[in-house]
Amino acid sequence: MTKLQALPASDTLGTEPGEKSKRVRESRGSLHYSRRARIRGWVKHVVLVIAGGVMIYPLLWMVVSSLRPNELIFREPGLWLNGLEMSNYTDGWSALTHPFGHYMLNSAIVVIGSILSNLISCSMAAYAFARLQFSGKKLFFGIMLLTIMLPFHVVIVPQYILFSQIGWVNTFWPLIIPKLLATDAFFVFLMVQFIRGIPKDLDEAARIDGAGHPRIFLRVILPLMVPALATTTIFTFIWTWNDFFGALIYLTDPDMFTVPVALRAFVDSQSATSWGSLFAMSIVSLLPVFLVFLFGQRFLIKGIATTGIK
Amino acid sequence: MAVSAISELSSLKRRKGKATAEEKKANGRDNKAAYIFLLPWLLGLIGITVGPMLMSLYLSFTDYNLLQPPEWIGLENFTRMLSDSRLHNSLGVTFTYVLVGVPLQLAVALLIALVLDKGIRGLPFYRSIFYLPSLLGGSVAIAILWKQIFGTTGLVNQILAMFGIQGPGWISDPSTALGSIILLHIWTFGAPMIIFLAGLRQIPVMYYEAAKVDGASTLQQFWRITLPMLSPIIFFNLVLQIIGAFQSFTQAFIVSGGSGGPSDSTMFFTLYLYQKGFGQFDMGYASAMAWFLLLIIGAFTAINFVAAKYWVFYDD
Repeated sequence: MTKLQALPASDTLGTEPGEKSKRVRESRGSLHYSRRARIRGWVKHVVLVIAGGVMIYPLLWMVVSSLRPNELIFREPGLWLNGLEMSNYTDGWSALTHPFGHYMLNSAIVVIGSILSNLISCSMAAYAFARLQFSGKKLFFGIMLLTIMLPFHVVIVPQYILFSQIGWVNTFWPLIIPKLLATDAFFVFLMVQFIRGIPKDLDEAARIDGAGHPRIFLRVILPLMVPALATTTIFTFIWTWNDFFGALIYLTDPDMFTVPVALRAFVDSQSATSWGSLFAMSIVSLLPVFLVFLFGQRFLIKGIATTGIK
Repeated sequence: MAVSAISELSSLKRRKGKATAEEKKANGRDNKAAYIFLLPWLLGLIGITVGPMLMSLYLSFTDYNLLQPPEWIGLENFTRMLSDSRLHNSLGVTFTYVLVGVPLQLAVALLIALVLDKGIRGLPFYRSIFYLPSLLGGSVAIAILWKQIFGTTGLVNQILAMFGIQGPGWISDPSTALGSIILLHIWTFGAPMIIFLAGLRQIPVMYYEAAKVDGASTLQQFWRITLPMLSPIIFFNLVLQIIGAFQSFTQAFIVSGGSGGPSDSTMFFTLYLYQKGFGQFDMGYASAMAWFLLLIIGAFTAINFVAAKYWVFYDD
């Protein structure tokens, strides 16, 4: 639920089984193929379908409930729909000071700024750590790894004081500038690991042709690390889109609200009668993450399978 | 790769002082280029991370409300923490959340990963279904959903009512409120599950084949092969999940409407820190709490690393 929790998923998709190990597995299966194994397989599917159903039911129910008249949300646990009630969406969209699209636009600005910042700053730092020799490298690398595990709360108070003195409260800068300064060290580490997997011969060849580091970085390394950049983009998108704590602290003016703080304002302002529109806007807020997940998951696996990180 | 953040840290320590031949040859050559490439990161390290850390250490010895300049009060914030019963309660809530939520979540993650492991048909589909909640779980939207589901007339009680059971108001009852937030944590088991899946794939099949020849049962194979071989991955998940769980904030904040109620039963340490720092602008006290949190997390991580010597098995 915090960053750390979702964090490792990207690199484990990286250890996605190669085709080879998959074949080994399957041959092991067919070797002992029997009726008992088949029954066991069915039992597993039943267990998985039930477990998956329990996991996903609340989400489906929320979607269905958002399309129901309000009073049914507290009476109807099933997924049956008697017609589509779109008023929850239209009501929810205009329930706050601004139409909900305004908050989505704010979120989009922060997300795009964060993605670009992370891509630029983390890839530069990663190139230095993976390819260059310099004094203090080990020390800095160790510090970088430690900052991955540093709790956000230890720096938030002085950061807030700093940004409020510059006059950045109720701007998007406090949410973007730290990323431009590569404070999402997890991505630096991810990219370091990726660059290490790129053959050094390619750099050497470019160097013999007279290319300097900026050129090698831009022309050789960056094009080859597109899968790592995609992973970074996808995770930055999801984490930034969901980020509540940062937005809660820095954005107090409704004009500047991002989606999570807008939703929170919605919960606080509404009595129990408008759960339908609350659900509707919750779903609208989850939709971009869901789409990125649908599109991105395939991209991640494909990108990483071709590089074989270990 | 999953384990490498941690193993790199420990191997760094081991290799200390011994530069390889390649490193010696190249030493100093790229300094200028390297520091240019590192410039954004270095600025961030100084300005956004280390600087503020030192600043908050200083503030933890002061009384500071943003309006007047900080006033040095020595250890007063820390002695105040000793007698702050709401803070003690928030520690209890957080410890319960971490010590119950994390092991349960990892157990479910491992269990599902084991079921998914053996080349089951439709694996990508199941994996997506189980993984999705961990991407959504940190959002305000899901916290809102949870607030409804575990409300007095929420989904859970509607389903219970079909069996003639009158459920309590889960989140309005102090004895069950924290439990429903722990359930939300367990619900997001997808991320560690994917790491377990990747780890399971790397256990050489020959170990199982050899065990089968020796007549080992499935259970024996699990205890003697799978678990030891997977222990570095379990360790990695444990360390990261504990660090993450100590910092949970959004769910408790939304479910309790920012109050940590009912009767402080969902008052996480981070929530109390937020109330002190950004509700009452008691920045000195909040800084002291933040450093205390860092020490707690550091201590837990250290304990984890020490304990790891007794149960984590490295096959190299």
